[in-house]
Amino acid sequence: MAITLKAGTRLKSAVCETQVMVIKAAAGEYAVQCGGAAMLAPNEDGAGELDPAQAGGTLIGKRYVNADESIEILCTKGGKGSLVLDGVPLEVKQAKQLPSSD
Amino acid sequence: MNIAMILDMAADSFPERTALQCGDDRFSYSELRVAARALARHVRAAGAAHLALLDVNSPAAPIAIFAAAYAGVAYAPLNYRLTPEEINELVARIAPACIIAGPEHLARFDGRDELSVIARDTVLAMRTASDAEAPSLGEDPRAVAVLLFTSGTTGKPKAAILRHENLLSYIVGTVEFAAADEQDAIAVAVPPYHIAGISAVLSSTYACRRMVQLENFDAAAWLAACREHRVSNAFLVPTMLSRVVEYLLAADARPDLGSLRAIAYGGGKMPQSTIESAMRLFDGVDFTNAYGLTETSSTVAVLGPDEHRMAITSEDPQVRRRLSSVGRATGAVEIQVRDEAGVELPPESLGLVFVRGPQVSGEYDSLGSQLDSGGWFPTRDRGYLDADGYLYLDGRADDVIVRGGENISPGEIEDVLLTHPAVADAAVVAIPDEQWGEAVAAAVVLKPGTRVAEQELQDLVRERLRSSRVPQAILFKSELPYNDLGKVLRRVIRQDIARTGALGAAI
Repeated sequence: MAITLKAGTRLKSAVCETQVMVIKAAAGEYAVQCGGAAMLAPNEDGAGELDPAQAGGTLIGKRYVNADESIEILCTKGGKGSLVLDGVPLEVKQAKQLPSSD
Repeated sequence: MNIAMILDMAADSFPERTALQCGDDRFSYSELRVAARALARHVRAAGAAHLALLDVNSPAAPIAIFAAAYAGVAYAPLNYRLTPEEINELVARIAPACIIAGPEHLARFDGRDELSVIARDTVLAMRTASDAEAPSLGEDPRAVAVLLFTSGTTGKPKAAILRHENLLSYIVGTVEFAAADEQDAIAVAVPPYHIAGISAVLSSTYACRRMVQLENFDAAAWLAACREHRVSNAFLVPTMLSRVVEYLLAADARPDLGSLRAIAYGGGKMPQSTIESAMRLFDGVDFTNAYGLTETSSTVAVLGPDEHRMAITSEDPQVRRRLSSVGRATGAVEIQVRDEAGVELPPESLGLVFVRGPQVSGEYDSLGSQLDSGGWFPTRDRGYLDADGYLYLDGRADDVIVRGGENISPGEIEDVLLTHPAVADAAVVAIPDEQWGEAVAAAVVLKPGTRVAEQELQDLVRERLRSSRVPQAILFKSELPYNDLGKVLRRVIRQDIARTGALGAAI
């Protein structure tokens, strides 16, 4: 199932505790999966089994990106499933070192 | 999309870590969330549209920021230094509302229908509330998170609107989640009604960095608190840093703060001599200059620690002058300088500063959005960029004196007046003039025990600049009026000058 992603879109996993928020997204429709199942809107209900082949896990606070970093997703709650976009696993983006300004 | 997510992430990850300290009191992230959710239930039950705060810094401020987000209402911190009449006026603008007040502020406004008053201690006690089930968060990114009344130095306070999408873009764009170590702590001395007070809570909570709250700013107390709480980071407005520097120089003392690693400053013009002294006194500490506005959800440009060190040690005047810049645009926004007609200017050309990005709200209650069709916000600050993108500010557009069609910046005249050995402080303002439309006037504070004739200062300006810059009236004062964050109140100075009738003949 492909959905439109835009900054601020929140999604949750159907098969684990994972929750995410889209930080940035290029225009278009994407299939976003976690743990082998399509991700859901925050108010949707879903059930299913975690695919053991897609169980690398997500970590709270980490940013996940596709190869060209046109899509960036923030994990707001960690879980057991791995994030996959259009069939390709998302990678953890290296944290930026920013001076604290406030 | 909701800024309460920031607290949820911190409380889920580090429930027992200390979130904030204020005097002898401390809150863990878990306690902070329990209290915020309890307050949110109270606000919802009261049917309020706003959650206001009239108080100095205390744990009630962060509790209220997140409680408003959980409850789906806007948080509206009010300036506790306003008069009762001014406070009543603001309260009328935000009713129906709940208002949290500290003990010394409870009697400073009138009771009214549609206003539910909560004492600060009642809010603090909510940490022991039974935390039933998690509230369902409002997801509308356009919902208003914060309503901030601007200082009103030029007139009636405007209410700047900051939406959840603005604030969350700012945080996610500039802070890494849980970037702080458990022993890290930031000293927060700015009052809760200032944008820096709001962004400090959001940034620190997202970084999971302990906040040490100071009720009021005092140099000695600030140094003592930094020492006692082993503070690693601090944010100060320039006047606060000036006072710390003056205190240390007067006492011929070193800061003696082994744990302090970084000082960020912003919120006004930093005198070059102050930052240079501060860098000498706080040897080894990282300094960051942050430029931002209420309407831009805080910081849009940053001069980082390495840039400070490079500038102060450089022989190259182009690099050295960067210490007087506010740095470059953060990765989260773009900055442009334009002329009066709206055309983008090349480097080194003085014009009006514009900012664009998702964190930029540029919106006021009742006035609506001030963004142009391209999404750019006119900051009303004047400045120029250099070829490397460093931004140099030159005062507010509203303070520019238009004398016979010529634009005159108060800053350049003030800088010249301040070079006179007897001048301690100076502010230049416009006064009405029949012939020129506006004319230049100055208020000057002399150093103790000195005397200078008006003519001598006028000659100094004529010599360094040109005759159109010469103040035609100079009012000598024992001190200049400032607001509590160190912004000089030009409106008050204009009134003073008009009242004394200190108007010479046109020069």
